[in-house]
Amino acid sequence: MAAAAAAGPSPGSGPGDSPEGPEGEAPERRRKAHGMLYYGLSEGEAAGRPAGPDPLDPTDLNGAHFDPEVYLDKLRRECPLAQLMDSETDMVRQIRALDSDMQTLVYENYNKFISATDTIRKMKNDFRKMEDEMDRLATNMAVITDFSARISATLQDRHERITKLAGVHALLRKLQFLFELPSRLTKCVELGAYGQAVRYQGRAQAVLQQYQHLPSFRAIQDDCQVITARLAQQLRQRFREGGSGAPEQAECVELLLALGEPAEELCEEFLAHARGRLEKELRSLEAELGPSPPAPDVLEFTDRGGSGFVGGLCQVAAAYQELFAAQGPAGAEKLAAFARELGSRYFALVERRLAQEQGGGDNSLLVRALDRFHRRLRAPGALLAAAGLADAATEIVERVARERLGHHLQGLRAAFLGCLTDVRQALAAPRVAGKEGPGLAELLANVASSILSHIKASLAAVHLFTAKEVSFSNKPYFRGEFCSQGVREGLIVGFIRSMCQTAQSFCDSPGEKGGATPPALLLLLSRLCLDYETATISYILTLTDEQFLVQDQFPVTPVSTLCAEARETARRLLTHYVKVQGLVISQMLRKSVETRDWLSTLEPRNVRAVMKRVVEDTTAIDVQVGLLYEEGVRKAQSSDSSKRTFSVYSSSRQQGRYAPSYTPSAPMDTNLLSNIQKLFSERIDVFSPVEFNKVSVLTGIIKISLKTLLECVRLRTFGRFGLQQVQVDCHFLQLYLWRFVADEELVHLLLDEVVASAALRCPDPVPMEPSVVEVICERG
Amino acid sequence: MEDDAPVIYGLEFQARALTPQTAETDAIRFLVGTQSLKYDNQIHIIDFDDENNIINKNVLLHQVGEIWHISASPADRGVLATCYNRTSDSKVLTCAAVWRMPKELESGSHESPDDSSSTAQTLELLCHLDNTAHGNMACVVWEPMGDGKKIISLADNHILLWDLQESSSQAVLASSASLEGKGQLKFTSGRWSPHHNCTQVATANDTTLRGWDTRSMSQIYCIENAHGQLVRDLDFNPNKQYYLASCGDDCKVKFWDTRNVTEPVKTLEEHSHWVWNVRYNHSHDQLVLTGSSDSRVILSNMVSISSEPFGHLVDDDDISDQEDHRSEEKSKEPLQDNVIATYEEHEDSVYAVDWSSADPWLFASLSYDGRLVINRVPRALKYHILL
Repeated sequence: MAAAAAAGPSPGSGPGDSPEGPEGEAPERRRKAHGMLYYGLSEGEAAGRPAGPDPLDPTDLNGAHFDPEVYLDKLRRECPLAQLMDSETDMVRQIRALDSDMQTLVYENYNKFISATDTIRKMKNDFRKMEDEMDRLATNMAVITDFSARISATLQDRHERITKLAGVHALLRKLQFLFELPSRLTKCVELGAYGQAVRYQGRAQAVLQQYQHLPSFRAIQDDCQVITARLAQQLRQRFREGGSGAPEQAECVELLLALGEPAEELCEEFLAHARGRLEKELRSLEAELGPSPPAPDVLEFTDRGGSGFVGGLCQVAAAYQELFAAQGPAGAEKLAAFARELGSRYFALVERRLAQEQGGGDNSLLVRALDRFHRRLRAPGALLAAAGLADAATEIVERVARERLGHHLQGLRAAFLGCLTDVRQALAAPRVAGKEGPGLAELLANVASSILSHIKASLAAVHLFTAKEVSFSNKPYFRGEFCSQGVREGLIVGFIRSMCQTAQSFCDSPGEKGGATPPALLLLLSRLCLDYETATISYILTLTDEQFLVQDQFPVTPVSTLCAEARETARRLLTHYVKVQGLVISQMLRKSVETRDWLSTLEPRNVRAVMKRVVEDTTAIDVQVGLLYEEGVRKAQSSDSSKRTFSVYSSSRQQGRYAPSYTPSAPMDTNLLSNIQKLFSERIDVFSPVEFNKVSVLTGIIKISLKTLLECVRLRTFGRFGLQQVQVDCHFLQLYLWRFVADEELVHLLLDEVVASAALRCPDPVPMEPSVVEVICERG
Repeated sequence: MEDDAPVIYGLEFQARALTPQTAETDAIRFLVGTQSLKYDNQIHIIDFDDENNIINKNVLLHQVGEIWHISASPADRGVLATCYNRTSDSKVLTCAAVWRMPKELESGSHESPDDSSSTAQTLELLCHLDNTAHGNMACVVWEPMGDGKKIISLADNHILLWDLQESSSQAVLASSASLEGKGQLKFTSGRWSPHHNCTQVATANDTTLRGWDTRSMSQIYCIENAHGQLVRDLDFNPNKQYYLASCGDDCKVKFWDTRNVTEPVKTLEEHSHWVWNVRYNHSHDQLVLTGSSDSRVILSNMVSISSEPFGHLVDDDDISDQEDHRSEEKSKEPLQDNVIATYEEHEDSVYAVDWSSADPWLFASLSYDGRLVINRVPRALKYHILL
């Protein structure tokens, strides 16, 4: 490698450079090193030795900065003689090897130069030969051109004659065609190739017209006219028979038109035929409707109508427009009228069919059917914009959608009523011994969830109408009014309203006496409405608004209004519940007061059973209400104060009130005292509105009951023992009723008044000792 | 304009019975009967001096028993009938009797009311309505337009028509009818219709209203379940012959057209407890007065079902003012049925209310504690109705 590298730059330093010692060798080495550098090689690599640590080392034989003097100095200084000798021989040997390598290279390259020179010389000769041949070619070409021009000139004359002859030939062919025309036409007519015949006629017509002054042509024309007339007649015949399908008819008409038949008339006939066909379709559709339909499902029906009638109509319209385009607006108007008339009949049929579907529950099928129906009618809609079929179809779809909404509303109402019936049954079901009544809370949850699921189902069903893939969902009605007025207002708000109304109707029912509505149902409904007010309404409406992106300007009922209505309903129901329950207890008390002979009653030994019953019932009501309503707030005084309060009531206050009645003082005092007492007590509003909690409800019921007791007592006259019995009864009630009411003072007041009234109604008022009263009550 | 304050009068005893002196058309006079088991009962004749806002009273003793119902003869100022309790042998029986008050009290006394010393005078008994066979008397009603010779009394389940003969000193049972049915049927109240030549009477028992023809003593109509609970009282519209009002324990006041008994024409639900009394104003039947055991008296304006639904009709001789009237009428038309006023002067249950027979704008109400309150229709409304 070192040898090859050295070959380029220094070919001249050849074999003659004999080594005259290390000194003489030095410039050679340097050059070699420089050559190596020129080839981009590092010295280390070139020398086949690992590169020294310092490439600038002047003592490196193969380095670029080799300095022979330094090297020699170093050798001389550092090496012993023997080593010097060795290196000398070694160096000499290396130099010789290099020299011989160089010689070999030079020889080889020399040969190559020689062969290259030979090649170039040969090429020079070849090019010269080629130039000659090119010249010859050019002269030949010139000759050829010359010849060609001469030939063309010679042929010119013939060519013109040939062209003329060809023209004559064509003319003759045409003439022949004309002369043959009658027979051809006849043949065509015979063969039934009407199209061909009409084409021939069309081609010949103009010529014949032009040359009719020539007798021969005239004859042909007459013949042709006769034949054409026959042709037209036959075409007409075929057209009238009309057995064949619409395309063939269209063809007939087209041919007739081409024959120049009056378009007006043809147009009429064409439509008449089309009408016949379409009416057949309609009849078959109607047959499917039938009086007792083996009704194919609505999807199939609309499919059939779509492909049969609407398809037919499309064909007719397309053919018509193609054929009678020349008729202008009058023709279009005729077609529109035609389409309108038949369309309206078709719509009537579809509506009848859809009406049969109204009762059904499956919305998806209906929506799909409507979708097909609507989609189908969009095609002729584009074709027959003037007939307004698409609009009419949209209208039908809208109407059906509206009816569906109504249907769903009915469904929801029915579901609600069904729930109520279920609840009634559950309430009326005989109670299993040991089981504490029907779980009102459970019933409530059932009702609420069942209604909610019904609402959701309805929403989902109605939502199909607005699905993206349905063709009519992007109509303005379905985007706006349907969502807001239809679904939100009509269906959801309407349902909630009707629910409230249904619930309220229980308050107005004349069954106040018999209690046609079980009180528990009233309570349950009231709670239901209250729940609606607090959460459900806003939930449902949010759900609706989300599902049906309401996006128009129609005013919608705000949630707050509905909530207020629901709350009002709940309040009325609860108030009614209080009234009904109060009435039940009132009736008991009233009967007990009215039917007893108070004058001749015996000394009281027991609390009367009816009072126990009152307390029991009140407890039951308390439990019932507690199932659905929260406890509520009582006045602070409470719990164990009952005893204490009562002792006050029975001793001091009671005594105070009786005192004037049985001490013979002025009668004025009674009034004075009772009036003064009234000054300090608030007026008791008996049938006052209740709040939504247990205590308030119970307070209401107890107020009603005790007021009844008071009024009844005032209508009777009591004997001494009668009075004492009342005393005992009232004490008993006092013992048990305080715990139910918000303000026990109220019970005291009312019971006080009962006893006071009884005392007034007693000619011989001797009250029982309070202690005895207490003993009797505790025993009973 | 300011309305006059109510005038209050207190009785010493409990009281339930109140009636205007029907035959008196000049002076405002009410009769009140007391209820006391221990003392002699009294009938207070209360004269109201409208101009001076002063009450004059006279007291008559009614010694036979406590008064549950009182009614005055429409023909004779001095004659009245009471239903009273008589207690004997630990039995209570309600009887009825016709009385005559002393002559000098008939037209009221104009002495100053310092009569604490004056001895109470006694009623003169004209006749008993013999009810031994019929039971407790609930009420006595006079034939409204007649000569004061016919009365009807309701005793338990019997309706009895009496003829008063020989200047009322004798009562002869002319005819009777009775109610048959399950349980103990008991009349609570009755009114004699001023229409149809006074041949109709309406009664209430339990929740039912019935109409009777006094000539045949047969039932002519029946409103079952007129109220949810006991019917306490009823009254005929003085100007519309088929209309009557009823009230009861369901706190409601209902207005009926007796030709259609299935539905009330109108229902009021303003009271918060049993309504004991309902009275039409004698001349202006849109004014309806009710008293209730919630201690309130309510005056309602039932224009829509009154005989003057569009206000006072223009008389023919007012042609000169017609234009004015027209414009006024228009302003009147939107008059709605409403509550005119709620009177809360009472502190105990109000068992009786009634209009004065002399002054159509004045009425009295009586609560159990013996408080009698005399009130007037608000002036604004009065002028509104009149003009």
